[in-house]
Amino acid sequence: MLDVESSQRVERGPSTVPGTEDLVINMGPQHPSTHGVLRVILKMDGETVTDVDCDIGYLHRGTEKIGENITYTMFIPYTDRLDYIAAPSSNLAWVQTVESLFDWEIPPRALFIRSMVAELSRIASHLLWLATHALDIGAMTVFLWCFREREMVLDLFERAFGARLTVNAFRLGGLFQDVPQEFLDDTRAFIEIFPSRIDDYETLLTENRIWLQRTQGVGVISAEDAMDLALTGPILRSTGVQWDLRRAKPYAAYPFLDFVVPVGENGDVYDRYLVRVEEMRQSTRIIEQCLDMLPDGPVSCKTPRTIKPPAGEVYHSIENPKGEFGFYLVSDGTETPYRVRIRPPSFINLAGLKKLSVGGLLADVIAIIGSIDIVLGECDR
Amino acid sequence: MGLIDGKLSDNFLTTKFDSLVAWARKSSLWPMTFGLACCAIEMMASGAARYDFDRFGVIFRATPRQSDVIIIAGTVTHKMGDAILRVYNQMPEPRWVIAMGNCATCGGPYANYAVMQGVDEIIPVDVYVPGCPPRPESLMWGVMQLQKKIEQERFVRKSISAA
Repeated sequence: MLDVESSQRVERGPSTVPGTEDLVINMGPQHPSTHGVLRVILKMDGETVTDVDCDIGYLHRGTEKIGENITYTMFIPYTDRLDYIAAPSSNLAWVQTVESLFDWEIPPRALFIRSMVAELSRIASHLLWLATHALDIGAMTVFLWCFREREMVLDLFERAFGARLTVNAFRLGGLFQDVPQEFLDDTRAFIEIFPSRIDDYETLLTENRIWLQRTQGVGVISAEDAMDLALTGPILRSTGVQWDLRRAKPYAAYPFLDFVVPVGENGDVYDRYLVRVEEMRQSTRIIEQCLDMLPDGPVSCKTPRTIKPPAGEVYHSIENPKGEFGFYLVSDGTETPYRVRIRPPSFINLAGLKKLSVGGLLADVIAIIGSIDIVLGECDR
Repeated sequence: MGLIDGKLSDNFLTTKFDSLVAWARKSSLWPMTFGLACCAIEMMASGAARYDFDRFGVIFRATPRQSDVIIIAGTVTHKMGDAILRVYNQMPEPRWVIAMGNCATCGGPYANYAVMQGVDEIIPVDVYVPGCPPRPESLMWGVMQLQKKIEQERFVRKSISAA
């Protein structure tokens, strides 16, 4: 059943060698290297990839439609399950989108805690990316080491919000309650040891000959092509474009924080690796500044019992670990949204897969999918 | 014991064949790496540094042909249902199914046109693990429940009565 369909989806052309024909390979939806339930249909000429088609929708859960039928507050847990690797970032995008329809004054303590937790989620996301990306290429030790530190971040989430993964961290108008002092102490302890752990990962990979051969010059994209395809996040920054919404359209506490937006040069898999590793270091710096500058005071502004935004529409996006994550929201003045549109970075970055992998080898496709860092929950919605 | 009592040296153990097979089966449950959604991240965490699933003889395999148990970790959509059934049919018997999380159990928070309301609509489930997502400890509990279930299974007696 699947094979017939595959051969129809990818057009068969004349092969370069007379007397041979192209081979159509179906990868996924059950494949350990597709990072979820992605299905990729590849047309091969020998070992070379000549065409790529992605079949998505295996995790389509109708999140946008659900959003139209429940209240603004009730939708926050569903945003956890969009980008479940960095759930607080998705929460942040949604609460800020709804808050931008009001003229609420969010207390500064809430803004700093939001930024801090968003950066912790960036570390958690990049650690999971590094673990699985390295595992795909064959490095088992990196997987175990990254998960060791990821568990520390999840412990912090659990201490502050009571859950490891789907944390439901923020509320409209601020936070549900103030974070405990132990959370702040543990976070400080974490950022003290974490930079040395990043050094450990780098000793395993950065100058590793196998790693360099598998990643350097693989999946190259130019800055123009990346912008034409609307790619965002580390994949765009690896081409040398310094575009980061934390800097370009600052939100939460980012206007007060000092950090560097790392960029690459070549736009290959190796540069994406370097950009993300440097982002983890910068996130550590941001968290440290948040802890030092954390003001006292309330963590939530006064909000009405039923949230009824004025009629209107808004688009708001934040810098998710994977790229620009945004919501386009239409309100008709009632308790439920009229329309919720999600702008997922994974879906749009995945559109670059064909550009990145055509002309490469089959094994490179694994490295490229890992370097795009997709999460199918938000890709399929 | 009767006949063989005292005739074997101290380094021999005697047991029932059923118990021996059950012990072997439950001590090396190889699940398939088949993550669907959020629960897959917790399933990976179960296999990684802190929780270390290998202690239970649980070693993840990348192909259904080498697997004993399939952990349905995440939301099962109707589009995914065909692929799950296909993969399940590729597994050799005896095979077991763990439904991990609320989505695989009953659809979870997604009650709409796209999502199957529980994976037991298409394949038989042995253990349901609640949670959204379940913690790695919960998944370990699920695996231990499955081990208890395998302990109670009988093979010799069943085949005699079938013949």
